[in-house]
Amino acid sequence: MDLIWLIPLLPGIGAALNGLLGVRYFSKRVAAGVACVTMGGALLLSIGAFYQLLGAEHREHVVTVAQWIPPIPLATASGEIGAFEVPWAFRLDPLSGMMILIVTGIGFLIHLYSVAYMDHESRGAYARFFCYLNLFCFFMLMLVLGSTFLVMFVGWEGVGLCSYLLIGFWYHKQSASDAGKKAFIVNRVGDWGFMLGIFLIFFTFGTLDFRAVAEAAAEMPVEVGGFGVLSAICLLLFVGAVGKSAQIPLHIWLPDAMEGPTPVSALIHAATMVTAGVYMVGRNAVLFSHAPMVMQVVAWVGVLTALLAATIGLVQTDIKKVLAYSTVSQLGYMFLATGVGAFGAAAFHLMTHAFFKALLFLGSGSVIHAMNDEQDLRRMGNMRLYMPVTFITMFVGSLAIAGVPPFSGFFSKDEILYRTYLNNKLLWGLAVVTAGMTAFYMFRLIFMTFFGEYRGPSWGHQEGEDHAEAHAAADDGHDADAQGHAWHGPHESPGLMTGPLWMLAVGASVAGLVGIPAAFGFRNLIEPFLEPSFTAGAAHEATEHAESHLLEWGLMGFSVLIAIAGIALAYHFYVRRPERSEQLAKHWAGAHRWLTNKYYVDELYGATAIKGTIGSARGLWTVDRHVVDGAVNGAGWLTRACAWVSHVFDKYLVDGMFNLLAWVCTEGSYVFRRVQTGLIQNYAVATLFGVFAFVTMYLIARYVG
Amino acid sequence: MSNTANFPLLSLIMFTPLVGAGVLLFVSKPNAIRWIANGFAMLGFLVSLPLWFWLDTTSPDWQFVERHEWIPSIGAEYFIGVDGFSVLLILLATLMGAIAVLSSWTAITERLKEYYIFLLVLQAGMIGAFVSLDFLLFFVFWEVMLVPMYFLIGIWGSANRLYSAIKFFLFTLVGSVIMLLGILAVYFYNHEVTGVYTFDITRFHELNMPIELQTWVFLAFFLGFAVKVPMFPFHTWLPDAHTDAPTAGSVILAAVLLKMGTYGFIRFSLPILPEATRNAVPWVVALCIIGIIYGALVAMAQTDWKRLVAYSSVSHMGLVMLGLFALTPVGITGSILQQINHGIATGGLFLLVGVVYERRHTREISEYGGLAKVMPAYAAVFLVLTMSSIGLPTLNGFIGEVLILQGIFVVNKVWAGFAATGIVLSAAYMLWLYQRTMWGTVDNPKNEHLPDLNLREWATFAPLLILAVWIGLYPKPFLDRLETSVDRVMARVSSVYPPRNVLHDDGQDAAELPALDGDVSDVIEIPVRGGAR
Repeated sequence: MDLIWLIPLLPGIGAALNGLLGVRYFSKRVAAGVACVTMGGALLLSIGAFYQLLGAEHREHVVTVAQWIPPIPLATASGEIGAFEVPWAFRLDPLSGMMILIVTGIGFLIHLYSVAYMDHESRGAYARFFCYLNLFCFFMLMLVLGSTFLVMFVGWEGVGLCSYLLIGFWYHKQSASDAGKKAFIVNRVGDWGFMLGIFLIFFTFGTLDFRAVAEAAAEMPVEVGGFGVLSAICLLLFVGAVGKSAQIPLHIWLPDAMEGPTPVSALIHAATMVTAGVYMVGRNAVLFSHAPMVMQVVAWVGVLTALLAATIGLVQTDIKKVLAYSTVSQLGYMFLATGVGAFGAAAFHLMTHAFFKALLFLGSGSVIHAMNDEQDLRRMGNMRLYMPVTFITMFVGSLAIAGVPPFSGFFSKDEILYRTYLNNKLLWGLAVVTAGMTAFYMFRLIFMTFFGEYRGPSWGHQEGEDHAEAHAAADDGHDADAQGHAWHGPHESPGLMTGPLWMLAVGASVAGLVGIPAAFGFRNLIEPFLEPSFTAGAAHEATEHAESHLLEWGLMGFSVLIAIAGIALAYHFYVRRPERSEQLAKHWAGAHRWLTNKYYVDELYGATAIKGTIGSARGLWTVDRHVVDGAVNGAGWLTRACAWVSHVFDKYLVDGMFNLLAWVCTEGSYVFRRVQTGLIQNYAVATLFGVFAFVTMYLIARYVG
Repeated sequence: MSNTANFPLLSLIMFTPLVGAGVLLFVSKPNAIRWIANGFAMLGFLVSLPLWFWLDTTSPDWQFVERHEWIPSIGAEYFIGVDGFSVLLILLATLMGAIAVLSSWTAITERLKEYYIFLLVLQAGMIGAFVSLDFLLFFVFWEVMLVPMYFLIGIWGSANRLYSAIKFFLFTLVGSVIMLLGILAVYFYNHEVTGVYTFDITRFHELNMPIELQTWVFLAFFLGFAVKVPMFPFHTWLPDAHTDAPTAGSVILAAVLLKMGTYGFIRFSLPILPEATRNAVPWVVALCIIGIIYGALVAMAQTDWKRLVAYSSVSHMGLVMLGLFALTPVGITGSILQQINHGIATGGLFLLVGVVYERRHTREISEYGGLAKVMPAYAAVFLVLTMSSIGLPTLNGFIGEVLILQGIFVVNKVWAGFAATGIVLSAAYMLWLYQRTMWGTVDNPKNEHLPDLNLREWATFAPLLILAVWIGLYPKPFLDRLETSVDRVMARVSSVYPPRNVLHDDGQDAAELPALDGDVSDVIEIPVRGGAR
């Protein structure tokens, strides 16, 4: 267990190798090998660590590798001077143990799958893809293993970066680069809240260590009916979770994120990264338990997201978009669970969801691959003939997500519904409706893809006339030069892709067995196991539900009925009477339009937040040029104007006077020069006149004055 | 005060580039000029490296001190010395100086000799300002730096270079003239109290001036330094200067010259004028927050690549100033570290613009697009520096941001909330820039065959990338070197925080420290530490 720091580091090394050397020098085989071996190593280490954890007396282990930010004094709310200090510390406990198994396990399978799926990429892009994928695992493992808020935040932002890079992997597509940017920026909005939450935590508790914070928070009174500092912390943290886990109102980035390659959608945007918000709330269960008001918010945001995303999922025609909204919806379920205090159930659902949603995405990837990059459900059909393995495994996944026993989703979803029922009947009602819709849209997807008439393009065996069409389809694909070969029709995917499908299908079938409700007479293994991660002291007992098994059975039966009803409805609309679904869409054209346009939320944000920001940016730029800089230039102009005035003054007045004087002298000299005749007689006359004048003046002065 | 090596190391560091400039006077072959300039710039960096290793991080004294008479009649001295803070800035200056010189190899083809001489003189001026412990000496270096920069922009700049060069010069000059009045006020006040005419900063640090005088001097200093930082609304010279400066000029300007302003605040305003500083906090913070948001938004509206980066500088420097005026150890530490980070990230971003400018001779963002396809290595470096700039964890910018925001958060939560919006906005404008230049398709035929980074260009980026990752993963060596510098400032502006070694002696357990009564903000008062010597 002392080696847990190696678990994130191994994929990190893989990423570094592929990033620094791979993109330039590695062959595809080496690049994939480096990525898969490091991931496999991380998986083995995780299994080993988890095994040790199971055997340990005290199921908590913290490894401090090095000091990251050394202690710096800082005042805290209590008035004491604390020390802001963050070590590179990793924590293995039941919750993070479960998470590393999910991340490395599913991550490893998806690495294998990608080896085949990404094969048509060019060599450099191939290595780049595995570099990003490894880097993602590095950050994701850091996120779940981090022992302090800030180390978790490192992983948190880091997975955001990888998500950005992988969504924008085909960066030459405008839609992909837009989607990547959108994901990052929307996530940053959430991170704003998360960061402020972290600051407030330090200010309140003087530490950022999860355990220390939980223990300190446990001592504080539960903020019933009030909004205290714990509620503020939880609300800020929840803003972060909403961003990362795509909950309303920050859910808009996840459906767009489907622009990334399908293995990425499976790993990052379904199984692991998007569940980080749930994990974070679970990690801070003690804090959230002390803020009941925020718990209400969490539950309602969760259930509304679940419901609205499910309704949108009903009408989407892009196979990956359906799964994306389904993911948003299932994440809402998990938040609902945390909101009603069922942290164990949330983590349980997180785990089962990771299996079946990764399976469904990889299955859809297999279909897309087989259909030569066609993603539109309306252009598929009857695929079960061409790709039986994909069909069977996806069918299993759909049963699991729909909540049909004994597949995994049934147990986890049922636990959530049961706990919600005990908490709030209205929440339960909405959740059940969502469950019905989930079953419907998932089987709509299955029926449209695998049953009915084949509606896709025809292919190469009718050589000649259809060849051009196949090429045209290929040109829409990722990389025109890598896609030059003719398409030979839908076909089953290679073993490297179906292998992971089989394994995930097994997982999706049996993963639920660790959490069989007590009503069945078995022991629920997972929730008591996770319980220490959700409580402050070791003394707490696993909470036993005192309700009767009868109620549990009843609720269970009801939800199974709902699921089967959803499936039956989908069968009716998409297999038996396909034309009925179109009639329905026409009949409810208004509602249908709202749903296909995702309630116009993107348009709303576009018209307000985005337009407002860009508008104010342009406005301020004008202000900056004309007002702020205008003042500067104005001052410059004024100085120059003054300079001109003084120049004029100087030239024409000051200098002018001297020039005038000089002019007078010059001009006068012409006059007086005439006087200088050099003739003595003239001078004598002048003297005579002078004497005469003086005498006259004297006489006048004497006798008149 | 100590000079452990008993060797004029600081003078050596300062005069190495000057010697280089002197040698260049007698060289005329272009390649010889290039090699010699690069040699001396590199040598300048190498001789500054011992500072990193020989600095005693536990000593609160000034180190590597040299002291000689300069103008005895007015008490001005050649008095130089460093602490951890100035060591980091000197290393940044010598490193960025070497990188700037190297980056000019092919970019500058006219009047080579003058160009490199100006760059090296500028280098010496910057180092001189960072080591001066005599206020007048500092002022001389401060003014000296203006001249080479003025010529660098005015001669080797682009389209609007004369306008920008003069704007840069006048703006700074106005600020510094008023600052000089402030310096003289302190100088005469010190004489009044102690009877000694001196510009010795270490003595000024012990002055307790009356609050009215402090306020006036603070305003005078503020104008001088805020123009240099630059703070909103004194920032408009910056985008022009950056846009028109040659690449190396922009790099030096962003990475080092702007730090003169923040250096001035930390070295002079805060410790000499503690009361006035505290009174000014709300006003300065308001300007900082406006600057952060305003700079980011205006950056978003830019169509010129270089001007965008310049406005991002305004936003980032607002954050640096915010950390400073948090007046908490965490905030000031973060602020100083963020100055280094800004030098690395923004300096690097300007280098990157220079690389494509040299190939395409345009800075219009719309001229580019899809460069990731033709220049993959360039795109990768750009990505790392972008992430460093927007504060992605594991890279350097994050540490600075977190420390600054945490530092200001304990002072005022609302301020922190507003300032933190910068993380959203910076992501928005930088990623948009990245998308418009690197992603998409190569739709401009002129971009189809752009060569990727060559070996020389790699050499300019490699140290920046290494530093970005190093500071991001293990900032401790940097933060350790700042400890005593920060404590010196904190001891003047606040009595709440004890010097750091108290923490260390008691072990790192904060709980053992005596609790303070009442609200933190109530306890702040000036410590009286011996008025006159």
